[in-house]
Amino acid sequence: MNAAAHVKEPFVRMAKRNDLSLKKKIFIRAIAILAALLVDGIFIFLITGLNPFGVYGVMFAGSFGTFMKFKWVLRDLATLLIVGIALAPAFKMRFWNIGAEGQILMGGLASAVCMIYLGNTLPNWLLLLVMLVTSVLCGALWAFIPAVFKAIWNTNETLFTLMMNYVATSIVACCTNFFRGDNAKMALINMGTKAGWFPMILGQRYTINILVVFVLTILMYIYLKYTKHGYEISVVGESENTARYAGIDVKKVMIRTISISGAICGLAGYLILAGKDMSLSTTSAGGNGFTAIIVAWLAKFNTFYMVLISFLLVFLDKGASDIASAFQVNDYMSDIVTGVILFFILGSEFFINYKLIFRKGGAKNA
Amino acid sequence: MLNNLIAWLIRAIPFGTIILYGSMGETLTEKSGNLNLGVPGIMYLGGYAGYLCGYLYENHAANPNAFVCVLLALLAAFAASALGGLIFSFLTITLRANQNVTGLALTTFGMGVANFGGKFLLNESGYSSAPFSNAAFAYKILPGADSTGIFGKIFLSYGFLVYMAIIMAVILHFVLNRTRVGLNLRAVGENPATADAAGIHVTLYKYLATCIGAGISGLGGLYYILDYNNGIWNTSDQIEALGWLAVALVIFTTWRPLNGIWGAYLFGVLYWLYQYLPNLLGITISTYAIDLVQMIPYMVTIVVLIVVSLHKKRENQPPASLGIAYFREER
Repeated sequence: MNAAAHVKEPFVRMAKRNDLSLKKKIFIRAIAILAALLVDGIFIFLITGLNPFGVYGVMFAGSFGTFMKFKWVLRDLATLLIVGIALAPAFKMRFWNIGAEGQILMGGLASAVCMIYLGNTLPNWLLLLVMLVTSVLCGALWAFIPAVFKAIWNTNETLFTLMMNYVATSIVACCTNFFRGDNAKMALINMGTKAGWFPMILGQRYTINILVVFVLTILMYIYLKYTKHGYEISVVGESENTARYAGIDVKKVMIRTISISGAICGLAGYLILAGKDMSLSTTSAGGNGFTAIIVAWLAKFNTFYMVLISFLLVFLDKGASDIASAFQVNDYMSDIVTGVILFFILGSEFFINYKLIFRKGGAKNA
Repeated sequence: MLNNLIAWLIRAIPFGTIILYGSMGETLTEKSGNLNLGVPGIMYLGGYAGYLCGYLYENHAANPNAFVCVLLALLAAFAASALGGLIFSFLTITLRANQNVTGLALTTFGMGVANFGGKFLLNESGYSSAPFSNAAFAYKILPGADSTGIFGKIFLSYGFLVYMAIIMAVILHFVLNRTRVGLNLRAVGENPATADAAGIHVTLYKYLATCIGAGISGLGGLYYILDYNNGIWNTSDQIEALGWLAVALVIFTTWRPLNGIWGAYLFGVLYWLYQYLPNLLGITISTYAIDLVQMIPYMVTIVVLIVVSLHKKRENQPPASLGIAYFREER
């Protein structure tokens, strides 16, 4: 017997693969989502005793039931998508900006301050412009601070940006309390004059949000894929040492990219204030800053995939709240359904990147 | 004046205990190189499972026994949270998914399960209470709470979980720094490839550290509901903020459980600052300024994070491979 025969071959081993066709990739992901829906369905049945198919039917109607509902889907899709777009360059550089929530809030706060204090003095187009500029700057500043520390002293950006969220939340809580005075809740800003509100297009103010995000989707795709900046970002993301060797100023690229990321988050805050909510609260960002992390990561920084994934998540969310009202269960179910689907999609990535090789039957006797 | 100070500390110590559990569990997890951002979700799972168990036990047992109640709730909380940790471990260690994204998904999931269950299984109003379990958990086990005056009030007047947290922090410190298992675990977190070469079962260590760590974090949620919150399940976002504060505390303690003991109480003092400091100083601050005070724990954490990275003292750094997955085949 030779020595090789004694080496025990593992029952299953894995090997990396890069050659998977697009068709197969889509197939694996579709299987993952179906499996997740199955698990969710079993879960729904066991807990509530409801027929899962009926539940999913209602869920579908949550997004497509009426034209109005579909428009709301587009509105929320735009809000989630723009944050995903903002995070794409940061994540591509392997900079974990999980502070989008705070950056959105600071952008929104800047808009709100302009609306309240300049609402009566400036013409609307100029006010909207001032709001835009200040929001973008505030969002960029909120990302710039951790970026500088990361670039120069290598301070852990994941934890830094996470903490910045809560600093921003406190500031916004303080300001909203100040603005609303004795009122229990902050009402719509400038309800009478509508100063700082987007004009109606096709009957909705958020039409502008959708258009802006649509344009940004294309621009960010081009920026990441076809510009020098985009190339630098991907080199830094792959290996900082390689980037340095190639003569890329890593610190500069890092600070610039993260500032852009924060600026787009600030822009998201602006869109929320001027086109969607017209009001500010600590929950104005609505968790989009966190959900978008998942969107950006799963889409592998491709903004067009982001559209699909954002749509899936908004669809689930809308559907779950319709289920909640139709079957008298509460809408926290959407968090469970979303969580399970995300687990499955995250897990399915493994089968796209690796293949399992099982021990062959004859190997034992060899 | 003195009464105010005492009241402040009596608020701060239980508050600190919640996040002390959260941060101890996360410290253990991070020592293995796993950055689990699912802490808020895990604390939800633990808190809800423990509460549900206590609630069902006291409502269905003929003669509920306090000891059994405590034991069941503790087990349920630990098991549910460890299960959350297992989901995270399986996805990040075996299926190699990204840790940050998986952690955030776990937070969503845990919050969803707890809040959905809290409303659906218990009471559609999202509010219910378990007075018997609360009494069992809040029972002052140390003697002399009432007879030793101020000392007793400040140090002896809590439920057993407060003292258990301190004991656990000491044990965790001992295990991490003085035992072979702890050394191996730290090796896995610092440089898994080297640990692997030295014959340490990296995957096993990561799995166990993450699951046990999650279990410990979950006890924070249990303490919050059955003791701190007087045994009341109130469907809200409260635990989420506590979970992130626990993550902050891990950094603040520079990954050392012993620092966690005073760090957690300091966070408690800072958290309640807004209510007691104005009284102590005899000033009134406007209500909106109160919100600004709430950011202090986070600001302090940021400062610690910066100072640690400026100093570059090796013993204060995060585990070197924190957040980075280890694939043996990719060496």
